[in-house]
Amino acid sequence: MIFVCLREFETDMSSTTIDISRTGFSSEVFEQFLATRSEPSWITDARRAAFDQYQNLLQSELDPEEFKRVDLRVFNAGKFRPSAGTVDSSSISTLLSDKTEFGGSVAHVNGQVTQATVSDQIRAQGVLFGELQGLMTTHRELLEPYFMKKAVQTDADRFSAWHAAFWTGGTLLYVPRNVEVALPLHSLIAHSRDGVADFSHTLIILEDGARATLLEETTSANDDIAGLHVGCVELIVGRDANLRYVQLQNWNQKSWHFAHQAGCVDSNASLQWTVVGLGSKLAHIHQDINLNGRAATAEVNGVTFVSDRQKISYYTQQHHKAQGTHSDLLYKEVLRDEARVIWRGMIKVDPAAQQTDGYQRSDALMLSDDARCDSIPGLEIEADDVKCTHGATTGRVDKEQIFYCMSRGIHRHEAMHMIVEGFFQKVYDRIPVEIVRETLSRTVQGKLGIESIAV
Amino acid sequence: MSAVLKISNLHVNVGETPILKGVNMEIRQGEVHALMGPNGSGKSTLAYALAGHPNYTVTDGSIEIDGVNVTEMEADERARLGMFLAFQYPVVIPGVKVADFLRHAVSNIRNPDRKEGEGLIGMREFRKEIRERMNELGMDPEFARRYLNDGFSGGEKKRMEILQLAMLQPRFAILDETDSGLDSDAVRVVSEGLAKLSGPQMGVLIITHHERLLEFNPPQFTHVMLGGRIVETGDASLANELHANGYATVRARHPEAAAENAKAEAAAAV
Repeated sequence: MIFVCLREFETDMSSTTIDISRTGFSSEVFEQFLATRSEPSWITDARRAAFDQYQNLLQSELDPEEFKRVDLRVFNAGKFRPSAGTVDSSSISTLLSDKTEFGGSVAHVNGQVTQATVSDQIRAQGVLFGELQGLMTTHRELLEPYFMKKAVQTDADRFSAWHAAFWTGGTLLYVPRNVEVALPLHSLIAHSRDGVADFSHTLIILEDGARATLLEETTSANDDIAGLHVGCVELIVGRDANLRYVQLQNWNQKSWHFAHQAGCVDSNASLQWTVVGLGSKLAHIHQDINLNGRAATAEVNGVTFVSDRQKISYYTQQHHKAQGTHSDLLYKEVLRDEARVIWRGMIKVDPAAQQTDGYQRSDALMLSDDARCDSIPGLEIEADDVKCTHGATTGRVDKEQIFYCMSRGIHRHEAMHMIVEGFFQKVYDRIPVEIVRETLSRTVQGKLGIESIAV
Repeated sequence: MSAVLKISNLHVNVGETPILKGVNMEIRQGEVHALMGPNGSGKSTLAYALAGHPNYTVTDGSIEIDGVNVTEMEADERARLGMFLAFQYPVVIPGVKVADFLRHAVSNIRNPDRKEGEGLIGMREFRKEIRERMNELGMDPEFARRYLNDGFSGGEKKRMEILQLAMLQPRFAILDETDSGLDSDAVRVVSEGLAKLSGPQMGVLIITHHERLLEFNPPQFTHVMLGGRIVETGDASLANELHANGYATVRARHPEAAAENAKAEAAAAV
């Protein structure tokens, strides 16, 4: 058995370099992985370069700002392997896929695409929607300049490099200039086998004036399998374009989730980005919002509900790089049992980004005395004419609220559910897609332990 | 046959401190009772204890609704048996719309066997009803879409309590200083609202310092509480007398209870 590869950084900052032979993803594993691939050499070369970076990055410590509260001691990468062989997608149930009409759908199981469909109408608009690895080969000129070059950099840290070396499958959405994709698109990332390591990638490119909505969800086939997701999400929003992207993370509670996610928003474009965290044993999400063009706008919504001993960590950065840009981040977290949430948020304003309006807020609601939330907002402002506001609150469900509801004949759990829904309402109101709101409400009810559903 | 809310030898502690020391009272459906008494006498404690607030521990005695002993029941069970408390300080529930809250409440009250999460009363039927009740109480229908008591003025909160009373039609309604902190117009609206709602199906216990509420809702019985006990019970004229002359004569007639009340008041002031 290969031993734990990543250490805990809170107590021992000086000795966080590690022995590569114990990472579980050695050169040998990498070569075996490459042997299963048949892809153009430029992709293989990029993988090799990324793997070198990965090995180097393993020798240096993770950014303590980002990771010091994330305890990785019990994470054993050696237990997980990229999947090879055929997969069966029939047993996967999803929260969203049959809830509305989608213009197309890509499904991954264990890191491999099992299904990719898109309507003829959307295809006729010149939209590319499907499996990233295939489209990278057929559309190299279009995609190579974007893939892990604009939004997420390969060498950002060991997780991004790890992903760049081992990525498979993937969802690509490319929307040409001034094209509007009317129906939402769907992407599913699923695990169906114990010990699977999944490195799926989501790349969305909206050319100038394009509009689209992608709803993505992650799920495990059952509650018993342990999976690893080392993912990457890249959102490129061109001038005057509008992207709505939702990622609903709903792994089972044995899964590990590490993700680099970044959006780049050009002039007068807008990005509405919703991050939902319901599942996983431990999740760490690095989310960058880059406002690159004048008057670019980003609205970021976070809905997190953790229970049992789940831990979810968010590291968010709203980076204002141009004049008159606007960002508005609202995260809401509900914690029960012994769950833990860490949110470290930063608004960064470059000297050129005058008349920036940046806002960030994280509110946590505790349903038990043993839950814990650390919210750390931050500002780093280098321009002198800006408006930036940040804040964080942590509170408990007020017993008087429960009593008030109960005194009106409402059952205790139903009262609890009502109060939790009320807490999320403000962020629900900002989620532009109705089925996502409905799905969240239902799922939250499930997490509260209420069996049936009242609509 | 009309049901009875029967309070027998009720002793209630808040933490370790005994507040009620043997309260007896019977309220029949259709009756209006006034409960008066100086600060610290235990009026609000009685209200919370009847509603089933977990911080108010019954150490002796019992509360029965229509022959059912509810002393050990949770607040929601009592509510489904017909108990209602109009709060002195209604609670804010952010993000929960008045209409959604009341639809859940009405569904549980009208279908007491409903299990958690089971179907709610039909939306159309409910909407029609809440609109009618709001109209009767002179409330803007827009209220139904606001978050419960969030940003409401004092008068709006109290009116919201009366709206809930109207929708839930309890067998026994306890109004804990529903008229306090209101200007005279708001007191009139609340008083008239209650007068319209109460009838042969509702027993009412009005806890008040003011006469306005009682003017519109003349009590058949007036109880005076002092030092955690009911020391006197009379008719409407007793309420009038207390309004006119205060509690000095009551204290003089019950020196022992008055002394205990003074102690409780002093403790509360610390």
